[in-house]
Amino acid sequence: MAVRDETRMLLESMTRLFEDKATKQVIDRSETGTFASELWQAVAETGVPLAALPEASGGSDAEWSDLFAVLRVAGRYSVPLPLAETMLAGWVAAAAGLELSDGPMTVGPVCGPDSLTVVRDGNGWLLSGRASRIPYASHVAKTVLIADGPDGEMAVALEGTGGAVVTPGKNIANEARDTLAFTRVRLAADAVGPLVRGVSRGALYRRGALARATMMSGALERAMDLAVNYAQERVQFGRPISKFQAVQQNLAVLAGQTAAAVAAANLAIEALGKREAEEELFLIGVAKTRVGEAATLACEIAHQVHGAIGFTKEYALQFSTRRLWSWREEFGPDPEWAARVGGYACANGADGLWEMLTAFT
Amino acid sequence: MATPMFRFDPVELPPEALALRREVRAFINEHQEVMKFPRGDFNREFSRAMGRRGWIGMTWPKQYGGHERSAFERYVLIEEMLAAGAPLSAHYTGDRQSGPNILRFGTEEQKQFFCPKIAAGELTFCIGMSEPNAGSDVAGTRTRAVKVDGGYKINGSKLWTSNAHRADYAILFCKMAGGDYDPNDRHAGATQFLLDLKLPGIEIRPVLNLLGEHHFNEIFLTDVLVPENRLLGQEGNGWNQLTSELAFERSAPDRFLVLFQMLREMVRKAGPSPDRATAVALGKLIAQLATLRSMSVSIAGMLHEGLSPNNESAVVKDLGTRYEQDIPVVARQLFPMEPELEAVDTYVSMIARSTMNAPRFSIQGGTREILRGIIARGLGLR
Repeated sequence: MAVRDETRMLLESMTRLFEDKATKQVIDRSETGTFASELWQAVAETGVPLAALPEASGGSDAEWSDLFAVLRVAGRYSVPLPLAETMLAGWVAAAAGLELSDGPMTVGPVCGPDSLTVVRDGNGWLLSGRASRIPYASHVAKTVLIADGPDGEMAVALEGTGGAVVTPGKNIANEARDTLAFTRVRLAADAVGPLVRGVSRGALYRRGALARATMMSGALERAMDLAVNYAQERVQFGRPISKFQAVQQNLAVLAGQTAAAVAAANLAIEALGKREAEEELFLIGVAKTRVGEAATLACEIAHQVHGAIGFTKEYALQFSTRRLWSWREEFGPDPEWAARVGGYACANGADGLWEMLTAFT
Repeated sequence: MATPMFRFDPVELPPEALALRREVRAFINEHQEVMKFPRGDFNREFSRAMGRRGWIGMTWPKQYGGHERSAFERYVLIEEMLAAGAPLSAHYTGDRQSGPNILRFGTEEQKQFFCPKIAAGELTFCIGMSEPNAGSDVAGTRTRAVKVDGGYKINGSKLWTSNAHRADYAILFCKMAGGDYDPNDRHAGATQFLLDLKLPGIEIRPVLNLLGEHHFNEIFLTDVLVPENRLLGQEGNGWNQLTSELAFERSAPDRFLVLFQMLREMVRKAGPSPDRATAVALGKLIAQLATLRSMSVSIAGMLHEGLSPNNESAVVKDLGTRYEQDIPVVARQLFPMEPELEAVDTYVSMIARSTMNAPRFSIQGGTREILRGIIARGLGLR
């Protein structure tokens, strides 16, 4: 299938932007806890963060598949921004008719066991509960959460982290992952809204998992690119190490795992919004499982090829591998998703297995 | 990024391929008795029935017995047949690689003589490539052809030739003896012939595999006279032709669907609500398979667009054989059984067959090491 011209142009311009602006210096600084405001400003000016929304909500009705393709590029450049989170926050908030922000946003819950509830309080609401490891929460303009309300799930939009007790945390890529605790926090009437069909905590978790899988496929592309280039430059025993068969074979495996990761993520991206929720769950499970598996193997090989230099803070490989090790656990680690895939197939039955697999392409 | 990335853009199968899928499933249902694990026995009758349906040489030009259907339709047909364990061996080599190579390099007479017969399921081809001292190093062939009056005289031997004892023809890979070929060029003089296996001077001896089955053979050629019109392509162009033939061989989806029936039995054993460890292990295998299928359909898309996805095919074969070799490993962890080939219990027999067949997956059609070498070349490392 040919890539559409608009998609190609979008990816080219975002690649240029990240290449210019998501520099080592910017990432390093962000990892010390200073939000990359200039980078965010540049990304926000492209309109990409809210592009999936209808024009009436400030978006441009962009295809989700295009935005996920941008996330892959962002993953490739280790972009230290809540870009996926802002896209998803916009999606949830718009689905509930809540006010959006032009600034960076985040979204939750992102961890399975968390629970949030809203109850009516006069003409407003009271929010209670806990949302752990919310990406970039202490840096965003708005936090969009899904809570259990009197009539089912409802979206909640908070200015900043709105009244939460914030316990800062970070993943091993030093991306902020802050835990928010709410005890009867009072919210205005217009900060809470019912969700339209198709947007739910489950759907958010699925899209979040696919966003991470997609970003990981980009990070894998970068790790592979670094490893292949390094092997061609590094000379030992009088020749580039890329001339040794043992190294070549490892790099071939790395390339295969990377290609499989990109393909698995794309398979699920293509199905987004076009399939029943159960099928979407299955395909996203395939993506998160396969990409997670690829990441584990690929990080090992990319580091092995690099030798000691790849183990330093100075060299760029760690930007990608620390993110891969972080992201593979976020929105459900790959074994959790594998259990869903296996469970779905078993519930569907042995005699329906082939039919199920062939229904997806 | 400077590094070449192997891209597998997602492809959706067109409606005609989905319609064909229903037809193929009905056909398989009608022929359940010949479906086996991992595949049905050599069966000319089944191949003729497929030929009558127009399911061999599907993408070839009609004037040579083909049906001018899309690479996607062929993909669907093949994957359905492989997943069911259909007996394809009487026509599969001809359909997959010999026919396409004849169409590409053959003379008009050869195309008209061979291709309609292959497409009808009447003519079986085998692959005359490996030799006792030329396995992965095919260019090291010691089989030699000498130009004589009216044709060529060939001496040498071939090994690991699947179905040679039941096939009608082989595409024989060898080198021209003498001639002014560059002695430093290992590919110089390489030549292919369409070898009638009934010619005098050909002796075929069985080599039993470790399951005790007779699939492959050794072929001895002693002063075999091949008529001039059975030279394929050009003298000395054999290496290019062989590369093309291998590309046809490797781009098929048959490198990850050999053991599908075993995976299905594992899902059956797990039952509708498996414990977590079982669900995780099966989920990982299914995620692998779903990804491989998507990559393979993408390759069909590349073939459809007239591309030569050689690197991509090597990637899918390498990943696919790894996945298939993991199936019996996972099976014995989840549902251990003492393997027995002829067991009445289907699963027990399958675990025996899959364990014993597993080593060949990463050897036939190019070893794992050779494929990774191809991928490394694609990355610009060699």
